[in-house]
Amino acid sequence: MIMESTPQSLTSSGTGKSAKMGSRIGLTQELIVFLLAIALFTYFSLTLDNFLSSANILNLIRNVAMLGMLSLGMAVVVIGRGVDLSLVAVMAVSLTFSIVLANQGYAFSAALVLGLALVIVVAIIMGFLIAYVEIPAIFATLAVSAIVYGLGRGVIATLDVNNVPDNLDWFLFLGRGSFLGIPIPIWLFAISALALYLFLRRTGFGRFIYAIGDNISTARITGIPVRPTIILQYVLSGVMAFLAGCVTAASVASMNMRMVNSTLIYDVLLVVILGGIGLSGGRGGVRNVLVGTVLIGLLLNGMTILDFSYTVQNLVKSTVLLCALIVDALLNPRDEQTSQQGDI
Amino acid sequence: MTIVKYAAAAAIAGILSFGAAHAQEGMVDELRQPTLESLAGKKVVFVPMSMSFDLPEGWAAIMQKEATRLGYTLDIRDANWSTDTGTRALTQAITEKPDIIIVQNFDVASYARTLKKAEDSGIKVIQVNMKSSYQTDAFVGADWFGIGQYAANRMVEKCGKASGKSGKIALIQGPATAAASVYQLNAISETLKSHDDIQIVSSQTGDWDQSKARGIAQTVIQQNLDLCGIIGFWDVMDAGTGAAIKESGKDIYLITSGGGNKTACQGVENGTFNEVISYDVEGQGRDLNNTIKVLLQSKEPAGALKFALYTPNKIISKETMTINSCWDLDLLKK
Repeated sequence: MIMESTPQSLTSSGTGKSAKMGSRIGLTQELIVFLLAIALFTYFSLTLDNFLSSANILNLIRNVAMLGMLSLGMAVVVIGRGVDLSLVAVMAVSLTFSIVLANQGYAFSAALVLGLALVIVVAIIMGFLIAYVEIPAIFATLAVSAIVYGLGRGVIATLDVNNVPDNLDWFLFLGRGSFLGIPIPIWLFAISALALYLFLRRTGFGRFIYAIGDNISTARITGIPVRPTIILQYVLSGVMAFLAGCVTAASVASMNMRMVNSTLIYDVLLVVILGGIGLSGGRGGVRNVLVGTVLIGLLLNGMTILDFSYTVQNLVKSTVLLCALIVDALLNPRDEQTSQQGDI
Repeated sequence: MTIVKYAAAAAIAGILSFGAAHAQEGMVDELRQPTLESLAGKKVVFVPMSMSFDLPEGWAAIMQKEATRLGYTLDIRDANWSTDTGTRALTQAITEKPDIIIVQNFDVASYARTLKKAEDSGIKVIQVNMKSSYQTDAFVGADWFGIGQYAANRMVEKCGKASGKSGKIALIQGPATAAASVYQLNAISETLKSHDDIQIVSSQTGDWDQSKARGIAQTVIQQNLDLCGIIGFWDVMDAGTGAAIKESGKDIYLITSGGGNKTACQGVENGTFNEVISYDVEGQGRDLNNTIKVLLQSKEPAGALKFALYTPNKIISKETMTINSCWDLDLLKK
């Protein structure tokens, strides 16, 4: 009886809270970022030739589809008040594993299944460490990230760039093909966003994740299977990482493990936080990820067209992000409740 | 008289036979033993950017073989894509006092002071492929200026006025401060100064990453529908550039450069690249070995000799490609 009524009561309390916040604040961070994105979009449309062409808009989204997919995975975990710093390592190493197996003569489909299996095993171990051994997520995932990367570099492959075997047109189609004039990576991003939206909003497990993120003790007392749900979060984020990896590998016909050393994981975190999913958990959803991803996509695309140097691009990107956070801090000052919940 | 004659004959025979015996045993090479002795037991430390891509793997395989043959040691300290780790590895190596440090710089500035410190403490330093702004005992590696010059001249031929094309080209560089980027960029702008018909519409850094290069190339191609050519700065990264060109379905001339690993030849063969300017890792490996041997034999103190061995460029295109144009890491390690 308790189990049945839980999601219901959580939903109502959740909406009640956000409605209260909305009336008090008016401007959520999501809205600020959305307005910023609109402003940028208008500015680029007016100042850059060809920016508004449908081909460029598709390009823009296509180039951040991978980032968006990783951010979706991260969002699920962050909503459950966790964090997954192993996403990029898991993505790079699992696909490298599949590619190495394929180069050794396995059928590529079988190699992909084995790669996905590796992801799920890693996620379950990681989830176990966090849910049952109760290691803080930030440390557990950081350690697992290092272990996975070490495995990749030390055991699975000697080189960090591994090429997909020849004649795998069906796989490359995932990165290079298009359907109804829209590139496949955008379709995959859209489908996974929709699936996660439905999962988070319409299923019991999805509501459990919000409940755990909101208040883990209450969730436990209410009878929610807290620990298995936490493991499920990490499995989901791992699967998203694998999917993002497939798109990346298919786009350039190879996988580059050096990505693990890049700032990609911070970009992922920024999309999530910028979109308005607080690190304190229990808030936000797929829409926030979409808004955050679009803003980053707009910035990258516009600055590439403007031929800004890499350093200046990073400067502009960081400044815009910082501004969004400042505006958020001014409009949504921290109260006792949020500071008690704590951020990372 | 006859006795004297016999004696003389015997003496001559004796001399002759001695000579013959001498010829059978050969002559002692006075240089060989001292040379071998000056090499045996010496210590060489190699600090590559990362032991995870074709160039350092290739050099290390070739250097290791020679080290084993001649009895000196080759220690590899992996910087693992981090200037900090690299600097730590160098500092650690300096305290161990090896005879030679070989270093592949990430950029022209980061290691400069540390390299000077190494020379000051009496260790000879060889820089490979990626130069620092600080000149040490030896540099062995690609002639970035020559590569940039060649690529720019080819663009003039392929995209300039005479070709009837738009003259629009794009550059996809490595990190902005890497030797490969700064010297090549300098060569390209120098060469194109006198060619108004070539216009660089975009010059962005792909940061040695193929996904980034792909994204940039796609945006630039979309933005400049009549783009004629792209000069990429590393073949491994430009696999992404080539993918974007293929995806666009356009005829864009792509010139890139790299160590001449077999993936370069495969890229030329399947049309990803039009030309690869190879700096031939096998040749560089031999140059490295020779430089190590010269410096170990030289009585000069560290920092006294300042010389460079620039690798001759090898152009790999569909027309020039032979079965020996590229090398295979697995075979190199055997």
